[in-house]
Amino acid sequence: MRVLMFGWEFPPHIAGGLGTACYGLTRGLARNGVEVIFVVPKAYGDEDQRFIRVVNASDVDAVYRSGEADSEIWKHVRFMEINSNMVPYISPEQWETERHRSERVGTQHHEGDVWRERYNFSGKYGANLLEEVARYAVVARQVAIELEGQFDVIHAHDWLTYYAGIAAKEVSGKPLVVHMHATEYDRSGENINTQTYAIERGGMEAADLVMAVSNLTRNIIINKYGIPAEKVITVHNAVRFAENNIEEERGVKDKIVTFLGRITFQKGPDYFVEAAAKVLKRTPNVRFVMAGSGDMMNHVIRRVARLGISDRFHFTGFLRGADVQKMFALSDVYVMPSVSEPFGISPLEAMRSNVPTIISKQSGVAEVLDYAVKVDYWDVDAMADAIYGLVTYPALGKLFARKGLEEVTGLKWNNAAAKIKAGYERVINENKK
Amino acid sequence: MKTVCLYFQVHQPLRLKTYRFFNMGKDHNYLDDFANRSIMQRVAAECYIPMNNLLLKLIRENEGAFKVTFSISGLAIEQFRSYTPEVLDSFRELAATGCVEFLAETYSHSLSSLISPEEFRCEVEEHVALMKEEFGYQPTAFRNTELVYSDQIGEMVADMGFKAMLAEGAKHVLGWKSPNFVYANSLNQKLRVLLRNYKLSDDIAFRFSNMGWGEWPLTADKYAGWIADENTSGEVINLFMDYETFGEHQKAESGIFGFVEALPAAMLRTGELKFATVTETAAENQPTGVLYCTHAMSWADEERDVTAWLGNELQNEAFGKLYDLREKVHALNNKDFNYVWNFMKASDHFYYMATKWFSDGDVHSYFNPYDSAYNAFINYMNVLSDFSNELQLALEAKGCEAPAACEAEVKEEVKVEVKAEAEAKPAPKKRTCKRKTTAAK
Repeated sequence: MRVLMFGWEFPPHIAGGLGTACYGLTRGLARNGVEVIFVVPKAYGDEDQRFIRVVNASDVDAVYRSGEADSEIWKHVRFMEINSNMVPYISPEQWETERHRSERVGTQHHEGDVWRERYNFSGKYGANLLEEVARYAVVARQVAIELEGQFDVIHAHDWLTYYAGIAAKEVSGKPLVVHMHATEYDRSGENINTQTYAIERGGMEAADLVMAVSNLTRNIIINKYGIPAEKVITVHNAVRFAENNIEEERGVKDKIVTFLGRITFQKGPDYFVEAAAKVLKRTPNVRFVMAGSGDMMNHVIRRVARLGISDRFHFTGFLRGADVQKMFALSDVYVMPSVSEPFGISPLEAMRSNVPTIISKQSGVAEVLDYAVKVDYWDVDAMADAIYGLVTYPALGKLFARKGLEEVTGLKWNNAAAKIKAGYERVINENKK
Repeated sequence: MKTVCLYFQVHQPLRLKTYRFFNMGKDHNYLDDFANRSIMQRVAAECYIPMNNLLLKLIRENEGAFKVTFSISGLAIEQFRSYTPEVLDSFRELAATGCVEFLAETYSHSLSSLISPEEFRCEVEEHVALMKEEFGYQPTAFRNTELVYSDQIGEMVADMGFKAMLAEGAKHVLGWKSPNFVYANSLNQKLRVLLRNYKLSDDIAFRFSNMGWGEWPLTADKYAGWIADENTSGEVINLFMDYETFGEHQKAESGIFGFVEALPAAMLRTGELKFATVTETAAENQPTGVLYCTHAMSWADEERDVTAWLGNELQNEAFGKLYDLREKVHALNNKDFNYVWNFMKASDHFYYMATKWFSDGDVHSYFNPYDSAYNAFINYMNVLSDFSNELQLALEAKGCEAPAACEAEVKEEVKVEVKAEAEAKPAPKKRTCKRKTTAAK
C-alpha cells in the first residue's frame, strides 16, 4: 500500500505536538509496511532554493534516528519538501506579522505571477495565509500529477493542507483521508474564524474518511461540523521518546510544579495560576513554573503579581529541545489545565520523565490514561487539591510516577498505525466499488 | 540679587544580568558585569571626566564666585571604585576647592523612605559615612532619591540633623506659589526646603539640543538673561538635574560643554545673580512660607508623583517582597548579603517595570535595558527569589531560625560601636542602624 501524505513540520524544525505526531505516525506506518511519500511545506527553505527536494529519509536529523533497525523502515518513506511560509498554529491575522518578520530576516522573494509559475515554489509568497493555502494546493495538484500511479490513497494533516488533499484527489481519483489534530473550536473557543472553519468542514466533506485524535475531537467533528458519524474514526496518538532521560541537578529544594505549553486561551494558564495561589496558602515549600510564551503571558504575569505569589511563581519563556527535557527533569508535578485539548502529548512526555501529572478532563489524552489525576479545567479547587496531594504525600506521587511510566510505554505508534492502515484499506475498497 | 543654586545628581544602578529560573540555587552572581563596566566607562569618558574638569576650571577662574552641589549615590561610588577610580579622584579634587558641596542621600538610591523609616535612616547614615570616607566631607543638607518628598519624609530628615532638603517645585503642591523661594517643612519648620524650578532646569536637561524648540539654540547669555529678568521673580533659582545631562543626555556635539563654560561669566555679568551651594542658599534666605505636601511627590514624569516606580501591581509586588526581607538581612548582617541587598533596592529596577507609556514613555524607554516591563519583573523576581532562598539558608547555618532571636544578639555587639561613633560626630543625631558600612569590595 502506498500513501501520498501532506504533512507538516518535521523534526528538527518543530513548533509543537503536530510535527512529533506526524513523525511517529509515519514511522509506525513504515513499520506496518506502508510506503509513504511525505510532502512538507518547508518554511526553512531559505538555505536551499531548489523547488522540490526529495530527501532520503535516513538523512533526516540524527537525533531522532535510533539504531540500525530503523534504516529498513525508512526505505519505505520518501520526503518532498515544498517551499512555503506556512507554519502550523497560526491564524490569518498572525500570518500578516509573521510574514513580514520572515521577510525582514532576509528570505529571498522573486516577482512573478504565482498562479502561472508551475513549480516555481521559490516565487512570491501569497499575500495572506488563505492565498498561500490555495497556492499550496496548486503545487500539490502538480505533485499528484507527477507522481501518478505511485500512490493508492491521500492523507492530509490539519486544515492548511486540506485544499492540497482535495486537489490531489481531483487529479488522481484516489480516496482522501483527512486527519484532524485540532479543530478551530479548540484554538479559539466559541469565537471561531469562519474561514478556517469553512476549510476544515470542506476538507472533511470532500474526504472519504476523517481521522480524529480523540473521542473528544470526534464529537466536535460530528456535532459542530455536521460530519456523518460513520465517516469519522478515532485514532489516539501515541508517543515516542528520546532514548535517554536527562538528569538535572536541582538548584532549589522546594517541590516544583510545572506548566509547559503555549500561554494561550486554549491551554488554560490562568486556572493554573489560581490553583497555585490556593496551594501556596497551605504550603509554602512549592514553586510553580510556567514555561512557554504566548498572547496571554502579560496578563498572567499581572495576575501573579496581584495575587502576591511572584516570589514562588516563575516564568522561563519559550523553551526548546534540551531545555524542555531539563524542565521535566526538574519537575515534581506536571499540570496540563487545557480548556480544550484535542490530544495533548506533553503529559505523556512528563510521565516518561517520571513526573506525576494532572490533566484536564477536556483533553483527548485523558481518554487513554489511567494513572493521571483528571480534573475539570475550571475546577481550581480540585486542581489545587491534587497538586497539594502529590507534593505532600510522597507515596501517591511515587505510585503515579511508576504506574504512569508503564502506561505511556505501552502507547505505541505501531498500534495507532495499524488502525490507520485499516482505515486506508476501507476507503480503498470502497473506492474500487 | 538672586541666588542660583546648581545641583547635580550622580547615579548609576548596578544592572542585573538575564537570570533564569534554571540559574536559581546554582548561580548567585546576579549582575551584568560587562554592561555595568562598559556603561560606567562610557559615561565617565563622555560626561564625568570632561564635566568635572570643566567645573574645576570654572571654579578656579571665578575664585569662589562659582559654586556647585553634588549628590553621588553609594552604588555609583562602588562602581567608580571598581571601574573608573579616576572619576573618584577628580571628585576629590573638586571637593578640595571648597566651592563644592556634597549632599547626603540614600546609599543605594532606594525608595525606602516610602516604606521603612528604619531602613531609610540606615541608608542615610551609611551614605554619610561614605561621604566622609571618600571626600572627608560631612553633609549638612539632604536630597532623597528622585527628589521624593513629603511632610513625613522631611520630618525624618530633620530628625537626622539636616538643615535643608531638596524637593520638586511641583505645580500640584505649589499651586499659585513660586518655587523661587525657600520654604519650611510643615511638621518641623527648622527644615528648609529648596524647590526645583523645573521649567528652567528642563530647558537645559531636556530641551537644550531639541532643534524643534522655539528657543533653540540656547546661549548662556540668553539663559542668564531669563533668570536675571525682573519677570523671573523670587530669591532663589534652583537648577537641579542629572549630572549625566552633560555629555550623555545632551551630547558634546550639541554644544552643551560650551554652554556650561560660558554660563558662570554670563550669570555674574548681569550683576543680578550669584551662585551658592544648597546649604548656603538655605541658610542665607529666610523661608517665605510653609510647604504642605501630604502625599509623596518626586521629580519624575508629568505627574510628579511616585507612580513611575510604584504605579502598577508588578512594581508593588516586587517592592513589597523586597522589603519583606529587611529583617532577615539585618539579622544576618553579612557583607556579601548586604551588598546584594543594596543594589536590589535601587529605584531603577522598579522604574523598568513601569507600564505607563503615554505621557513619558520615551524617557522611560531611554533608560530601560529590558524590552518590556514584564521581562524586567520576571528577571527581578527570579533574582530576588534566589537571594531570599540563600538568605534563609545562611540564617539557618548561622543557627537562628527566626530573625527576632538573631537581632537581639546582634544588637548587643553593635551598640558599643554605635556609641563610640556617636561621640565622634554630632550629626546625624540618632543612630539606630545596626549595621556596619557595607561591602566596600
